[in-house]
Parts: sequence; C-alpha cells; structure tokens
Amino acid sequence: MVNCLRPKSLDEALAFRAETKALPFAGGTDLMVKHRGYSGTGPRFDRPVLFLDALESLRTISLSNGLIRIGAALPLADILAFSGLPELLRRSLSSIAAPGLRNRASLGGNIANASPAGDSLPPLYVHEALLVLKSLRGERQVPIDKFFTGPGASVLAEDEILSEIQVPLLGQGLVYYRKVGTRKANALSKISAAGYALTQNGKLTDFRFAVGAVAPTVIRLKKAEEMLLAGTAEAALQAAAEYLRPIDDQRSTAAYRTQTALNSLKEFMGMHPQLKSIKMK
Amino acid sequence: MKIKMTINDQSHTLDVHPMMRLLDILRENLTGSKEGCGEGECGACSVFMNGALVNSCLIPVLQCDEAEIFTIEGIKDTAAGKLIAGAFAEAHSAQCGFCTPGMVMAAVNLLRQNPNPSEAEIREGLSGNICRCTGYDMIVDGIQLAARRAKEEAVPW
Ligand SMILES: Cc1cc2nc3c(=O)[nH]c(=O)nc-3n(C[C@H](O)[C@H](O)[C@H](O)COP(=O)(O)OP(=O)(O)OC[C@H]3O[C@@H](n4cnc5c(N)ncnc54)[C@H](O)[C@@H]3O)c2cc1C
Ligand code: FES
Ligand code: FES
Repeated sequence: MVNCLRPKSLDEALAFRAETKALPFAGGTDLMVKHRGYSGTGPRFDRPVLFLDALESLRTISLSNGLIRIGAALPLADILAFSGLPELLRRSLSSIAAPGLRNRASLGGNIANASPAGDSLPPLYVHEALLVLKSLRGERQVPIDKFFTGPGASVLAEDEILSEIQVPLLGQGLVYYRKVGTRKANALSKISAAGYALTQNGKLTDFRFAVGAVAPTVIRLKKAEEMLLAGTAEAALQAAAEYLRPIDDQRSTAAYRTQTALNSLKEFMGMHPQLKSIKMK
Repeated sequence: MKIKMTINDQSHTLDVHPMMRLLDILRENLTGSKEGCGEGECGACSVFMNGALVNSCLIPVLQCDEAEIFTIEGIKDTAAGKLIAGAFAEAHSAQCGFCTPGMVMAAVNLLRQNPNPSEAEIREGLSGNICRCTGYDMIVDGIQLAARRAKEEAVPW
C-alpha cells in the first residue's frame, strides 16, 4: 500500500516530502491520468504521495503593490473568480480543459508538470512571474524562465514544493493570447502564445512574446523582441524563427507549429497600430 | 483508512484504501455516475464535491475526507431534478443515456451559476461532457427548456 499523507500544516507537508521524497499531488488532473490503473481500479503510484489540497496556505490569492500572489494549490476556477486577475491569465486559464477540471486543476500543477504545452506558461513568461519554492531548508524564488530544464523537468529539488506564484502586473499595454488546439475544450495545445506591447509617447517601449509547444520548454522570443523595439520587423521574424524547435507528435507536426507560431506573432504585430504599418511577407 | 464524508446528505465513515477513486466508491452502491474514459475527458463520472462540479474518476477518496458529495441520485428527487428529467425527456436529450447523468450534473452546475444561459454558454458549460449519440443539439434544447420552466415555476437550482 502506498504511503500517503494529506496534511493541513505546511511544516508537516515539508517534513513528509523531505523524509520520503513523496510525489506532490494537487488537483491530480495530470497525475491521475498518468498513473491510471485498469478500469474500475485505483491509480498506481510507486512512491509515497503528498496531497497538497488541504493546505490552506497554498490556496490563497491576493493583490498588493502591483503583485498578484497565487497559492500553488488553488484551483483554476478560484483563480478565475478573482476580480484582479490580469487579462492574459484570465484568457489562458479559462481555455484550460473544462469547468469540472478547472474546479480541481491547480496553477502549481500546470507549472510543476513542466509540459511545454502548459497553457498558463506563455502568459506567466510574459508577466515574468516568480515561483516560490519551499522546503524545510527555507525558501527561494526562481524566475519562471529559469525553472524548466526540459520537457517534464525542472529545478524543483526532491524536498521542495512550489508554494506560490508571484505575478507582477503589466502596464496599460496591448495584450495577446492565442491557443491553437484540435477543439475548444479538453484539448492540449498544438501551440499557445502570449504577447504584450507597451507604447509610451508614441514609441514602442516594451514588447514581449512567449510561445508554448514549439521547443523543449516554453520560450520568450528575446532577440525578436529586441529587434522589434529597434524597429526592424522583418529581421525580428527571422530571429523568431530561430527559436522555434518544435517536434512532430500526435497533436501536430513541427512544420505546422513553426508556421502557426510565426503567424501568431504576425497577428499580434498586426493588432498594434505602429507595428501594423511594417511590411511583412 | 477511515474517511468521513457525506453522500447525498447522508454521512458515512468508510474504511477504504485512500487511493481508491471516488467514482469506484460511489459505484459500489450508486451506479448513476458512469465511467466512460477514466481520464477526465468525457464527464460521465461528474458529481458535485462541496458544491463544485468535479470528475470523480480523477479523485482519490482521501481527498474527499470531510467533503460533501452530491450525485445524480441526490438530484433525482429534488424539484430541480424532476424538472430537468422532464425537460430532457421532452426534448429527446437522452438516447442511449450513458452520458446523461454527467450531462445533468454539468447542466445543473451551469444553471446554478447562470439560470438564463445563452446557447454558447450552455455549450461551454457542457464542454467537459461527451455524448456519442445526440449530436448535442437536443441536449442544448433540453437545458433551454429546463431553464425556461424553472423560471416559470420558480424552481430553484
Ligand atoms: C481532460 C483534460 C484536459 C486538459 N486540458 C488542459 C489544457 O487545455 N491545458 C493545459 O495546460 N493542461 C490541460 N490539462 C492538464 C492538467 O489539467 C493541468 O496541467 C492542471 O493545471 C494540472 O494541475 P493539477 O493540480 O491537477 O496537477 P497534479 O496532477 O496534481 O500535478 C501535476 C504535476 O505537478 C506536480 N505538482 C503539483 N503541484 C505541485 C506543487 N505545488 N509543488 C510541486 N509539484 C507540484 C505533481 O507532482 C505532478 O508532477 C488537461 C487534463 C485533462 C485530464
Ligand atoms: S470517466 Fe471521468 S471523465 Fe470520463
Ligand atoms: S445519449 Fe448516448 S452518449 Fe449521450
């Protein structure tokens, strides 16, 4: 019988995690599928399981000083009910799965799952979110783009859990979110993209674009962003293409993903009054 | 392991393996909730947990400790349950009926939050539920009919 614990106190949770290297389990919407047993039977786990859903301190959400702090185990539906939620997160989280799943699935799970197709990730890259990792040793903050090391892999240590996601608000700019999937509900993305453009005194001063499912991790198209800020759109698209290293899989092909990612960047540029005027192939 | 929960307003203390799925526990006595996919895709196993729509195939029963579970059997005898059953029958919303318990749970969940849903809102509310028979249009009709009747007859969801 697997050893499992559903503590109400964070200290107890961290002690169990440190002692047994237990698998963190939040909403279970990824884990129960991955560890599914035969029909009519329970899931199969070969290591202890640490349930996070009863930890009240991981289920809070607040906004102060331009920073939204989201408890890692808070279900997506509760995050969506928060009135101060930024547009990019609202659009992406409401596109994940379906109502019943959003009542269980957590943001922490979407991140820690480390899928390059996790739909919350491109918006979190654009917001330059910080992840708070906790263990008995203490806590550390990791910028989201330093968290992932490959598909399914991250810097999370064996005794750590993700406790909070800190999302700095963006300025009053233009935002963009696009998820391309086979159908609207319950479909994992072929690609998803998020963008932000800020214009001050008629000049583009900030441009950010992140894409999921086109490389081993979600990526920000940093070089392309810089070139756009410098006013060289055609070169920016070429620079963007260099970041894209998608794979063929059951959901889509590499060629489709590359083209769709570039199309979404063009689409966003086309929405912006200044970038629109730049000629593109 | 001892787990305490209420199912359709009756409290139970179960001595079960903590990793058993809520769906399997329910189906020992209450077979209204169905297993279609076992992977969160089809919604046939939908129930309410503390008032929220969930997929019972994805929930280890340990997570239900102290929780209130409400199933199609609980809804059946309420005024809302009778109303929606009548509307589904009239609109031909069920053919083989396998998806119907899950569809009704998703529909009641939607109508509780939004008693006057548009067609698009109904489709979004049912987006986690798969039906292989009806083509969905007749289910949407049934829910629209139920919404209208509930208003006329002042039946609360
Ligand atoms: C039918 C269906 C449709 C789906 N559709 C989408 C979709 O459209 N878009 C999308 O992005 N995803 C989708 N998913 C995947 C899944 O629902 C999400 O990734 C969800 O956010 C996972 O959250 P969870 O709390 O359920 O994670 P869990 O299953 O509990 O955990 C997922 C992983 O994260 C780890 N983990 C969880 N919480 C923590 C923590 N606090 N600290 C450290 N590690 C942690 C777990 O160990 C595990 O490896 C879908 C899943 C299903 C079944
Ligand atoms: S059986 Fe649970 S969603 Fe299909
Ligand atoms: S009526 Fe047969 S699956 Fe819906």
